[in-house]
Amino acid sequence: MPEFRKPKSLTDVPFHYCPGCTHGIVHRLVAEVIDEMGIENETIGICPVGCSVMAYDYFTCDMIEAAHGRAPAVATGVKRGNPDKFVFTYQGDGDLAAIGTAETVHAAARGENITVIFINNTTYGMTGGQMAPTTLPGQVTQTTPYGRNPNVEGFPVRVCEMLATLSGVALAERVTVTDPANIRKAKAAIRKGFEFQKNKQGFSIIEVLSTCPTNWGLSPVEAMKWLKENMVPYYPLGVFKEGAIR
Amino acid sequence: MERNLMKGNEALAEAAIRSGCKCFFGYPITPQTEISAYMAKRMPKIGGVFLQAESEIAAINMVYGCAASGVRCMTSSSSPGISLKSEGVSYMAGADLPCVIVNVMRGGPGLGGIQPSQSDYWQATRALGHGDFQILVFAPSSVQEMADLMSLAFDSADKYRMPAMILADGLLGQMMEPVTFASDEIHEHTAAEKPWAACGHGGKRPHNIINSLYLQAEELERLVVERFQRYETVKGELHMAEQYLTEDAEIVVTAYGSVARLAKAAVDSARAQGIKAGLVRPVTLWPFPEQEVRDACRNAKRVLCVEMSMGQMIEDVKLALGCRLPVEFFGRTGGVIPKPSEILEQIKALNAKEAE
Amino acid sequence: MTTETIFAGFGGQGILFAGKLLAYLGMNEDKQVSWLPSYGPEMRGGTANCCVCVSDKPIGSPYVTDPDVLVAMNGPSFDKFIESVKPGGIAIIDSTLVTKECARTDIRSFRIPSTELAAENGLPGMANIILVGKLLKETGIAVIDAVRPVLEKLIPPKKANLIEANMKALALGMAL
Repeated sequence: MPEFRKPKSLTDVPFHYCPGCTHGIVHRLVAEVIDEMGIENETIGICPVGCSVMAYDYFTCDMIEAAHGRAPAVATGVKRGNPDKFVFTYQGDGDLAAIGTAETVHAAARGENITVIFINNTTYGMTGGQMAPTTLPGQVTQTTPYGRNPNVEGFPVRVCEMLATLSGVALAERVTVTDPANIRKAKAAIRKGFEFQKNKQGFSIIEVLSTCPTNWGLSPVEAMKWLKENMVPYYPLGVFKEGAIR
Repeated sequence: MERNLMKGNEALAEAAIRSGCKCFFGYPITPQTEISAYMAKRMPKIGGVFLQAESEIAAINMVYGCAASGVRCMTSSSSPGISLKSEGVSYMAGADLPCVIVNVMRGGPGLGGIQPSQSDYWQATRALGHGDFQILVFAPSSVQEMADLMSLAFDSADKYRMPAMILADGLLGQMMEPVTFASDEIHEHTAAEKPWAACGHGGKRPHNIINSLYLQAEELERLVVERFQRYETVKGELHMAEQYLTEDAEIVVTAYGSVARLAKAAVDSARAQGIKAGLVRPVTLWPFPEQEVRDACRNAKRVLCVEMSMGQMIEDVKLALGCRLPVEFFGRTGGVIPKPSEILEQIKALNAKEAE
Repeated sequence: MTTETIFAGFGGQGILFAGKLLAYLGMNEDKQVSWLPSYGPEMRGGTANCCVCVSDKPIGSPYVTDPDVLVAMNGPSFDKFIESVKPGGIAIIDSTLVTKECARTDIRSFRIPSTELAAENGLPGMANIILVGKLLKETGIAVIDAVRPVLEKLIPPKKANLIEANMKALALGMAL
């Protein structure tokens, strides 16, 4: 029976994430994929601005901290200068789908050969729970104290659906990590993304529906339940695009 | 050595390639677009990368990533685009990353105009982004110097691990002059020379982290202070200026870049009329060549600072001279190029004042 | 000795090319040269001009305000620059397009119907080169034999057939 242990691609630095936050699970899945593919030595990760800003302390591969929203541009620079290396970004919803929308869309449109891990938890966690581009209609946040009103604040962005329309995208898949079955699917999707990259087959994005118990004002268990009941209906799980572009 | 007639923008691009620049990330904007066009043609032929980014912000962040991985790279733009890049420049300074940024200045503020200007001096030497930092600033005055300063900019950026800027203007970018390149060879640089680079550790070293985030105030202070100590070293090692007829000059003109050429023509005319005029032209704008300026003004009675702006470098001239001499200003702005005859009139007026 | 020239006319008349030709000729004579174009939206369909300096010593200002030589290929350019020509200087004017006579008596002015001449001699679009021929004759910056290698460098190989036409236009201008 296999022993449960920390992936080699994670450092010994303890995560700073809140109890019930799913960043830890997703970090682990990325690290497991890197381990299984044996690519830690040739991988460069790009961190965002947001709760996972200090992910550079957690992964053992070389890491670069990007400005808010710019990770896909930074990743493009690394990849173009080092086409044989593996490059991934790890970004939240505010970073990827608000301030960094242009960088995200154009990296995808170019078919930039990188893998994007996108954490969608419908809020700006690090700054204390403001409205994100993915905040659901009616959802209360610090900056939508009466609930997000689409007539005022507009509608949430479905990133995978949007990017799936672009020819440069090899993989756009939405997963979650609420239970073991979904965690296995999430890992398989991340693996797929890195495999597309390995074969130089285009841009891959894996959107992970995630929790933010602290800013949602819920216990970890309640947060998982809230995700399944509220997020999944609006952000359906599944593959929106899959296939090599080159 | 063969002389090639080239535009300043093209000479600069070719020099970058010969200096080992492997990746160029840019965005079109007048009057620097020839740099992008030249790179688009040449880079694929030398196994390099040309990429037109979706924005200036993306372009500088591509440079950030590329430089972080240890590759020689650059971007270029003109004034409004440089403002957009300032975010990335600050991050590069904070992460101690080398790169070259070209600013072919045009009139501002705002969208301004597209004619030559020098109104980004303060931006380049004082505040190209938020936070405590400096970048190296080189100011060529001819097409030949556009080429010559490029390799120095790359080498200095690598040596001191900081961004370097070539601060040119529309006149230098667009004009053609003969240029010769020191060598036909491309100087190759590898990430191996940069042990700090995040290019995959290969299992041979602990992981490298490229970062500018330090949440502990004392730690950030320590790093900034260390960086400023490095800046002191740079100040001691890198300061360049050209002096022209300053030996006995009583009226010394200070000017940089293309304006220095116009001023030189005015100095020649003044000399022809018996006025002891001279010129000192800073080539590095940061570090500012204080000693050279002081030296050029050793016999001066009055100093005239000429710029294509409302007067920005004049502050550094005054600081260098410690208020020991009267420093007057003449400038045109908005894209208007001062005429040598206008500068001559200013020299004559100062000379007449002195004679009184 | 420094010769500062302004070429001016409409975009599309080969103003910038004429200036480049002169700059290359100067460079091949081992002179210092500079070529500075006007740039921006005014290039497209509007007026175009360029400054060319050819000198024995390093060139100070590449920006010419009072030229030794003016080549004017349309009315607005003539109006704009004719007063700035240095006393004793030269104005070479395409009289097909510039109807106004040159009133200045302190310069040497040559009115040449170059657009018409180009059309008559089967040299469409080469009025500019005819005027460069005249310029070379009057300034002595280069002899006609020096021109061919420069044209070979300036004109891309797939347009090589234009070299002979250019040489013909140049000879026409030099003979005037």
